[in-house]
Amino acid sequence: MKQSSPAYASLLLALASSTAAAAVPPLGKVEFNRDVRPILSDNCFYCHGPDQNHRKAKLRLDEREQAIEKKAIVPGKIDESELLKRLVASDPDELMPPPDSNKKLTPDQKETLKRWIQQGAEYQAHWSYVPPHTEPLPANAHPIDALVQKRLATLHVNPSPEADRRTLIRRLYFDLLGLPPSPEEVVHFLNDSAPDAYARLVEHVLASPHYGERMAQGWLDVVRFADTIGYHSDTPRNVWPYRDWVINAFNSNKPFDRFTIEQIAGDLLPDATPDTRVASAFNRLILSTEEGGAQPKDYELRMLTDRVRAIGAAWLGQTTGCAQCHDHKFDPFTARDFYSLGAFFADIKEPIIGKREEGMLLPSPQETERLAAFAEREKNMRADLEADSPERREQQKRWEQSLSSGPVDVAWSRLQPIKLYGDRGSKFTQNEEGVISVAVEGNAASDTYFVTVKTPPGLTTGLKLEAISADTLPQKGPGRSQNGTFILNQFSVKDGDKTLKIAEATATHEQKGFSAKLAVDPKSANDPKKGWATLGNELRDAALYVELEKPIEGERTLTIVLRQVAGDNQTLGKFRLSATTAPTPVRAPGVQFPPEILKTIALPEEKRSAGQQATLAKHFRAVAPEFAPTRTALADTLTAKAEFEKSLTHCLVSVSAETKRTVRIFPRGNFLDESGEVVKAALPHYLPQPKFESREPNRLDLAQWLVSKENPLTARTVMNRLWKQFFGIGLSKVLDDLGAQGEPPPNAALLDWLACEFMDSGWDMKHMVRRIVTSATYKQVSSASPQLLSNDPDNRELARQSAFRIDAELVRDNALSVAGLLVPNVGGPSAKPYQPERYWENLNFPSREYAADKGDNQYRRGLYTWWQRSFLHPSMLAFDAPSREECCAERTRSNIPQQALVLLNDPTYVEAARAFAAKILSESTGSTEDRLHWAFQRALQRNARPEELTTLQALLQKHLTAYRADLNSAEALLQTGQAPAPTNLDKPELAAWIHVARVLLNLHETITRA
Amino acid sequence: MTSAFSSAYNRRAFLGKTSQGLGAVALASLLTPSRVNAAATKGVLGTLPLPQKVKRVIWLSMAGGPSHLETFDPKPKLAEMHGQPMPESFTKGQQLAQLQGQKLTCFAPQHPFEKFGKSQTEICALFPHIGSVMDEICLIRSMTTDAINHDPAHMFMNTGSQIAGRPSMGAWVTYGLGSEASDLPGFVVLTSLGKGGQNQPIAARQWSSGFLPSRYQGVQLRSKGDPVLYLGTPQGISLEQQGSDIDAINALNRHHSHLVNDPEIATRIAQYEMAFQMQASVPELMNVTGETASTLELYGCTPGDGSFAANCLLARRLAERGVRFIQLYHKDWDHHGGIKEGVALKAQEIDRACMALITDLKQRGMLESTLIVWAGEFGRTPMSQGGSGRDHHNKAMSVWMAGGGVRGGLVYGATDELGYAAVENVTTVHDLHATMLQQLGIQHESFTVKFQGLDAKLSGVEGGKVLKNILI
Repeated sequence: MKQSSPAYASLLLALASSTAAAAVPPLGKVEFNRDVRPILSDNCFYCHGPDQNHRKAKLRLDEREQAIEKKAIVPGKIDESELLKRLVASDPDELMPPPDSNKKLTPDQKETLKRWIQQGAEYQAHWSYVPPHTEPLPANAHPIDALVQKRLATLHVNPSPEADRRTLIRRLYFDLLGLPPSPEEVVHFLNDSAPDAYARLVEHVLASPHYGERMAQGWLDVVRFADTIGYHSDTPRNVWPYRDWVINAFNSNKPFDRFTIEQIAGDLLPDATPDTRVASAFNRLILSTEEGGAQPKDYELRMLTDRVRAIGAAWLGQTTGCAQCHDHKFDPFTARDFYSLGAFFADIKEPIIGKREEGMLLPSPQETERLAAFAEREKNMRADLEADSPERREQQKRWEQSLSSGPVDVAWSRLQPIKLYGDRGSKFTQNEEGVISVAVEGNAASDTYFVTVKTPPGLTTGLKLEAISADTLPQKGPGRSQNGTFILNQFSVKDGDKTLKIAEATATHEQKGFSAKLAVDPKSANDPKKGWATLGNELRDAALYVELEKPIEGERTLTIVLRQVAGDNQTLGKFRLSATTAPTPVRAPGVQFPPEILKTIALPEEKRSAGQQATLAKHFRAVAPEFAPTRTALADTLTAKAEFEKSLTHCLVSVSAETKRTVRIFPRGNFLDESGEVVKAALPHYLPQPKFESREPNRLDLAQWLVSKENPLTARTVMNRLWKQFFGIGLSKVLDDLGAQGEPPPNAALLDWLACEFMDSGWDMKHMVRRIVTSATYKQVSSASPQLLSNDPDNRELARQSAFRIDAELVRDNALSVAGLLVPNVGGPSAKPYQPERYWENLNFPSREYAADKGDNQYRRGLYTWWQRSFLHPSMLAFDAPSREECCAERTRSNIPQQALVLLNDPTYVEAARAFAAKILSESTGSTEDRLHWAFQRALQRNARPEELTTLQALLQKHLTAYRADLNSAEALLQTGQAPAPTNLDKPELAAWIHVARVLLNLHETITRA
Repeated sequence: MTSAFSSAYNRRAFLGKTSQGLGAVALASLLTPSRVNAAATKGVLGTLPLPQKVKRVIWLSMAGGPSHLETFDPKPKLAEMHGQPMPESFTKGQQLAQLQGQKLTCFAPQHPFEKFGKSQTEICALFPHIGSVMDEICLIRSMTTDAINHDPAHMFMNTGSQIAGRPSMGAWVTYGLGSEASDLPGFVVLTSLGKGGQNQPIAARQWSSGFLPSRYQGVQLRSKGDPVLYLGTPQGISLEQQGSDIDAINALNRHHSHLVNDPEIATRIAQYEMAFQMQASVPELMNVTGETASTLELYGCTPGDGSFAANCLLARRLAERGVRFIQLYHKDWDHHGGIKEGVALKAQEIDRACMALITDLKQRGMLESTLIVWAGEFGRTPMSQGGSGRDHHNKAMSVWMAGGGVRGGLVYGATDELGYAAVENVTTVHDLHATMLQQLGIQHESFTVKFQGLDAKLSGVEGGKVLKNILI
């Protein structure tokens, strides 16, 4: 393209003025939003802005009347305006901004303010808080091109020509699919001479299932989707079905308003389905902790603020985080707005501290059938067990007699704990019967209980630990795990510093492989897989009997240590300790009888209440030997069902609790300060909104408001982000802040048009994508003359396209695709690509080994990579994939040595080079030169250039000579990766071609979309 | 003392000389100074507003939260009150971790204290080696922090904020000052485990560059496997072959650059050169066989054993090579129980090594240009936990500094008589950051980056204050 230098000069001037009001606006009227607000916001609002608690001299400059009333501004009169005097004051006490603020206005900025006041000091409402509007456009023109060219005309710059077709198809594929086009697809497009060839290509791409994957990537960043909880132990949680939901939503072109509503309130919809509930996993994507000693109030606040920031980042384009502690310094967003917005989410049922629940079960149709079969079996077995008959009454009577006549377990004295302590923060309550319950807020996934007791008078020979079922525990306990089980890894008895020796341990029940003996074997004390466990449902009240090697004299203080290190809440939820002075041996009887049962049995039948009778009948069935086969069968069924359920797909979803958590404003964000006012859910006060007469609005109201046409922010925020996907930078360059400290878009009319069109089309995302990629603006070449490049390095004015490095996931997808290794299945659980050993060594509770996936899952797209927040896969990290600990609207795009190390040495890329080389040798024919062209077509959709051929032929020859002389090295190189090495190829030749292939995969052009 | 510049230059000369057989041609072609400069990390600050007292920082992070009461803060009164209820006047309405809502009992310091150095500073007798260099050390007994759980507390200590996504101090410093190491990252992190088994997890975000460019993120040096991730060439590819491939990649990239005029390509070429240099320089750095027997004895380490002592020796080697910010994590300080044995074990692991680092830097004339900081993420309660340990605590902790511009032998600030809260010259993490930046020649209040509408800075929105009284 040809440009004259004066045109560049004016471009330079105009560009400078358009970005952050850096220079005096050119002639004409000073515009408040464009020219003045950025200066005032950055330099003055900190003390003279919306935050009333921090306001100095009771002066605010963000509102015209107040600024005039205080004489800071006298419209039209520069000599009388205090504001201007203060800017140039020589007395440091008078000077503004104060010297200690480290803020200083440039002469140009001062001049801008002066001219603004001279022209009447007109204010404007902040640009993004007024509804977007469209201006009349020339007929038949593409609106985007019309608006871009209108602005370029004022800058005297011409747009760039259209890129060639090879560039266009490559660009379109990366932008919309994240994958390179195949050589065949390129040829087809190059040879398609129909006038609508490009339009049809766009439709083809929009219909591909990979479109949803590509579009999901940015959304997963902004909602901080990850496989792990984030804080401290950073353990896994079940959320991957949400990723599938996002992909499907883009593929089915779910309107963005519905897309929003389902995520925020999919559980509250009158027509809620499993699908909309999975969408509501959005509310669960926050960070959480399992750290012992974490305080619920602290984390309740962290979770609230996390959610408010997400709404601000993903939909509103507002930075809200600062309002956790005080009113926003620059925007009208107050602390009250912050906590009121947080109150929308106070209904979500979730543990504040500790392991997340498994989540909603998402069975396939076949799995649903199996579940129904389990339920049916359970129902029948219970009915069989509970059935009443004269025969059974007779059996029960005999059983009762056998109990009342023989000696029952009387020699046990309950031990009342003197002190109770959980190493990892479990909290306890105890009743007068010596029954100890782990309090609901007990949050340790593993814990060691220390129970200090005093032994009864006489010689204590043994101890008994009863594991007691309770309605409040999962599956009625007695353990705290999902299945109601526990694993007691070690039972030890301490007398001061001394550990007492144990002669024998037996139990009324044992789970297979978890015998009582293991719990007293010191060798396996720290082995999470060794210990005593029961089947853990209501039929399995159980007790552990421990015989001491030497009896202990009476009334000694002992500490009984119950070590439970298996994790997953495999800890006791309810239990009791007793001691006996009975002569040895101390062994478990077949059953154990609670006192209330013994009491009932002692009563004549007619004196028993109906309740007592029922309890007794139930207990009889629970313990009597006659029922053992039925009991075992039922227990086995329940265990099998639980195991089956555990193996199925689960997803954390939003479930609304009947009573909401109380939300109050925490002054300075201090969760210990409960002096702040209690607030109800409310929308930010400064934005247009409906009235909710007498009711408190809920999440559904919030979601509907976000995507209502009255909301001036959402469509702009979403379109601004979308624009970045296609041009490398937003129209307003700060994607997560459309507020005062963000940037008024240089081409505001264009962003407004996009926002209006988006809403008017019924929030039709594919429509907007189609509009953008079919514009001439999108199709321009990305190369620029040095002058255009230096005048507009970031391409803010769109006089060309931009070239930029593709995202982390795409770097991987591209290499695997070129190599022919990619497994392009859409959806499914996260995948684990090769990762350096010990990369997770700093993770703990529990410590973890990373096991790379085998087979197809090894070759999934980057989007499906296991997202470990605290240690994201290092290849992803190197290419700027965010850890997703915070919402990320915009990735950085760095160029660092680690990227070279990854592409050169990560086994994923070595294996890709190997597969690519094998492909070249098996699928291309002819001379080396022909093969190189073939390889270039595959990697770059073009032929190799002469210089490239020379360099690579020399490289190939050099390596070939070396590998011919050193076959071992060639063989070693062929071993990287799981994919089988072809056996029909000459090894030194293949090894040498691997080098050519890796050069191609490492090229800047290969990882660049231009 | 060798200036950092000439030491960096020598490194290149060294690589040039020893590169025979390591792709010598490629190496030599990569090591022409003009092209090396393209990869060197420059800081954004240019001319510094303040005199630069130190060129680098070695930060010793004692992860888990060391008890000040068994290390650097003697409390005889607490010993007297052992077993008695903790007076409520101290603890009412305060933030506690696992002890929240429990009965609070005074727990005596578990080890005796002794006086060391000319200054006669009293520290725990478990640390005689640190005691022997006490006159080099400025001890702050009045440090406080905001957070009380490990993860947020580490974030606060590293980034000045409890919210993820902020740059770590090492990233801030290299962003501001760049690095003098041309063939190593400017911000290097090493971790070591303790033998007590209370090794709390540490997230990679602790050395993240947050919203700063990724090139400033900390690079972890590992003691096993590749010292830097993906540093080793693939099996079957020699370093020389790697060099040929990089030459070819760069030749093709250069050719492409002539066609499209994209400045990113020049950077890409420089980064491939830097990556290749690291493939030679990092193994050389990790190879301590050239260290004298007396040096190894000083640190008391077996090279390559991954211990804190071995990491201290590597820290010195990194400092010599011009690395700007070196952070060592040593874990296992989380003594909820068994604190008596636990701290004794930790003392064995770190006491000699800390002394050795100070002594070694001093004898090489580098101590005055280095700032060493020893700090945990929080302190521990004077109250007992479970009869043998202490809980997390954010009202009081001890940290110390040594090196350039710091007043050795000084004790700054104090806690109350039971060691519950800092009461005299109360200092904050932001103060610590502000002071560190000042020593590096950076005006902490104006060292800001625009993020989410705010002028974000390491020393916090409200701003820390430079601890002038501890500086010479």
